[in-house]
Amino acid sequence: MNTPTPAHVDGNAAAGVLREVFAVDLTAAVGQCDNCGCAVVLAEARLYTRAPGMVGRCPGCQAILFRVVRGPDRTWLDLRGLRCIEVSLPDS
Amino acid sequence: MGIVSPGFSGRRRTADLPPGQYLTDDFPVLSAGPTPRVRPEEWSFTITTETGREHRWTWREFRALPTERPTVDLHCVTRWSKLGTHWEGVSLDTLLAGVETTADHALAHSYGGYTTNMPLADLRDGKAWIAFRFDGEALAPEHGGPARLLVPHLYLWKSAKWVRGITLLTHDRPGFWESAGYHDYGDPWREQRYWGD
Repeated sequence: MNTPTPAHVDGNAAAGVLREVFAVDLTAAVGQCDNCGCAVVLAEARLYTRAPGMVGRCPGCQAILFRVVRGPDRTWLDLRGLRCIEVSLPDS
Repeated sequence: MGIVSPGFSGRRRTADLPPGQYLTDDFPVLSAGPTPRVRPEEWSFTITTETGREHRWTWREFRALPTERPTVDLHCVTRWSKLGTHWEGVSLDTLLAGVETTADHALAHSYGGYTTNMPLADLRDGKAWIAFRFDGEALAPEHGGPARLLVPHLYLWKSAKWVRGITLLTHDRPGFWESAGYHDYGDPWREQRYWGD
């Protein structure tokens, strides 16, 4: 009798693919604004840095694309303003 | 003529600062987005209760309310503190006086989309104002004009600039910075900067 294949595995299995994404310079990545849908190279976001955290806004509609808060030993990253991020992979 | 020491000026020093803060005399401008330009004739302030009932003031109605002139210390989570600042505003006690509620939590909303949360008790008993004047002048847009929330016993991110309303809630709802790593309450004397502090 065959053991049924589980529908999901634990998140550790994503380590390789996530490391591949987050080890690159994300400012070259292209994201889609969740508010207006336009494609934005993250380096072209309007970045507000004189704040308790860093806030990147869509150059088209001003909606928030991402927020980064840097603590002394931790970083928080909120990407909910981006529907998807396209990252070019070298030598693939 | 003797040398004038800053120590004789009567100015308050680092002993008055919460842990991890430094003293500044200027008033740094922090903003997570473009500065909203709201004309007083377009401005209104709304308290919405947990049942959905709205209590709304136009600028003219708001300015007809009795005002107070608190002198308070400001403590920004980015580590600067400014002592003895002079404001004029309407106490939240005045605004909440006719509001029937059993809510324990509040979420302030601003023009521009900013939000910040706090226990409703922290807005009562002479601890919070909707401020419209700083140092005797109309509050500049860069500092939150025409009016901002002033809750000086908490880190300054709680004193929402360009405030347009407060929603009263039966459950806590983290605001803009509180949902991105900053502390839910933000007491500078307990150095509650980040989640888990």
